[in-house]
Amino acid sequence: MSAANPGMNHADVKNAAPIVSARGLSKRYGATVALDNVNLQIAPGRIVGLIGPNGAGKTTALRAILGLTEFDGELSVLGLDPRSHRTELMQQVCFIADVAVLPRWLRVGEAVDFVAGVHPRFSREKCEAFLARTKIKHTQRVRELSKGMIVQLHLALVMAIDARLLVLDEPTLGLDILYRKEFYESLLNDYFDHEKTILVTTHQIEEVERILTDLVFIKDGRIVLDASMDAVGERYAEVMVAPDKADAARALKPLSERQIFGKSVFLFDGIDQARLAALGELHKPSIADLFVATMKGTYA
Amino acid sequence: MNAGTPMNTFSWLVKREFWEYRGAFLWTPAIISLVFLSIMLIVLVSAEFLARQNGIEINGIHLDQLRRQLGSDEIEKMNSAMDVGMLTLGIPIVIGLFFVVFSYCIGALYNDRRDRSALFWKSLPISDTGTVLSKVVAAALLAPVLATLALVALQLAFLIMMSLYSLLHGINPFPLLWSPTHLVSLWAKLLIAIPVNALWALPTIGWLLLCSSFARSKPFLWAVLVPVLAGALVSYLGVMHFVAASNSWFWRNIVGRVLLSIIPGGWMDTTTMSHGFVRADVEGPAAIIGSLSFDAIAQAVTSPNFLIGIVAGAAMIAGAIYFRRQRTESYA
Repeated sequence: MSAANPGMNHADVKNAAPIVSARGLSKRYGATVALDNVNLQIAPGRIVGLIGPNGAGKTTALRAILGLTEFDGELSVLGLDPRSHRTELMQQVCFIADVAVLPRWLRVGEAVDFVAGVHPRFSREKCEAFLARTKIKHTQRVRELSKGMIVQLHLALVMAIDARLLVLDEPTLGLDILYRKEFYESLLNDYFDHEKTILVTTHQIEEVERILTDLVFIKDGRIVLDASMDAVGERYAEVMVAPDKADAARALKPLSERQIFGKSVFLFDGIDQARLAALGELHKPSIADLFVATMKGTYA
Repeated sequence: MNAGTPMNTFSWLVKREFWEYRGAFLWTPAIISLVFLSIMLIVLVSAEFLARQNGIEINGIHLDQLRRQLGSDEIEKMNSAMDVGMLTLGIPIVIGLFFVVFSYCIGALYNDRRDRSALFWKSLPISDTGTVLSKVVAAALLAPVLATLALVALQLAFLIMMSLYSLLHGINPFPLLWSPTHLVSLWAKLLIAIPVNALWALPTIGWLLLCSSFARSKPFLWAVLVPVLAGALVSYLGVMHFVAASNSWFWRNIVGRVLLSIIPGGWMDTTTMSHGFVRADVEGPAAIIGSLSFDAIAQAVTSPNFLIGIVAGAAMIAGAIYFRRQRTESYA
């Protein structure tokens, strides 16, 4: 939480017009239900992690928000219907799908020229400044760049756009840890401010954990958790319990139990923290542990 | 900076097509021309070499004198023959252009879905209509304009080469080879032919872009098999006899229009064309050049075949726009 500073307190956020507002959002592919009656509000100035197992509907949700797919239900992004106003919306919304989507024949200089030509909110100076910090040369083609450099280029293009919503779908897939760390650091230090909103999906939960302000878990097309990180910290607790108190802990119906060094670690949802403290050592659970406990049985 | 205005965005979209297909649009006709000129050069040099070796002396025929002795009718015929020769130079470029535009249209709305770069383009404020229309412009105008420029350069280089060869033998090339009015009117016709060809090509461009936009895989098979199988089926069942038309009518006006209209000059009156080619030596090459006359062009563009083709092409382009909106990746 330390890194992200939304610059608004919680009450402001709740009162501001939402960036994304979905009501009864559904999408099926034949017999498969990708999104099942999803309700979701994203307030401005937040960094929201949309986390779910493979096939849970994350990408479908993002595609709907970006106007790339048809859907049932109500969805408004920046007050616009993404299906009918996609071109207009894309002036205010940016997205990075993943590493592989920059056209391989494109030269770096051409990419900058093109985005500068078509995007009214693009700042060439900013983009050049970001690129100057990398080893990328203007004459290189995308196919000549490493995966990590392609992401640096894409990020330089996107961060130079003064957009209100940035959507990231597995933006660091397949990158080494140096590039992954740099990616999120640039995003936080050079891009994010209280007028911008970021919606990110990723499997590398540990890496985004520190930067998120809100957490949304999605499972089988349904939202199973939608809370601010503060609320998550208040609601969930992890307790390391010695064997003699383990049964007492189990009686409180933990979400999950695992063994470490002969002690049991229990994850609780909504149990008074003072009560839990009596059982053993109290921790804030990691998002990864919370995720595993919530998604239990997904692939069974 | 007026980034984002529709016209400005559109010109960037066309520029993008040029960047991506620079090799096909620019280098294909340029390389064909260079290969052609190299062959010409080799032929001339070896002819010269052989002639010298065998003691054959090519004498200075005075073309200007020849010209003075010819009647105006015959001069007209010679000039037409020159025009035909100059146009014949374009045949390899036209064949190259056909394959370039055909494969360009097949891939234009498919390749970026297959490699997923369509997701990048769709992350920018670009309308699907603008994207598809920029590809229509690239296929119908950009590629032909570049091919025409290559042809004009080839014609000039050819004339220069022939002139040098003539001068080498003491022949004055200027009266016959460099007839300025003829060159200018030939190039004017090539220029006028560009928009006419573009409109004529719309059914093929529209059909290929529709397949490119629609197909989840193998757009080439869709584009070729559907019309060819339709033609085979119509021929086999004899459907056309019910509407008092022949099978060849269907092949020529449906299958041919949907697949081959990107061949420049396809709109020319085919009856005079075939006569022109078959009997060029009898009736004179004027028949072919006649098809490029302003009257003939005006007649061609107002024919039902031409006009219905434009409407059908526009409808298929609209279909391509529809599917462009629906499909972001080749499998979805």
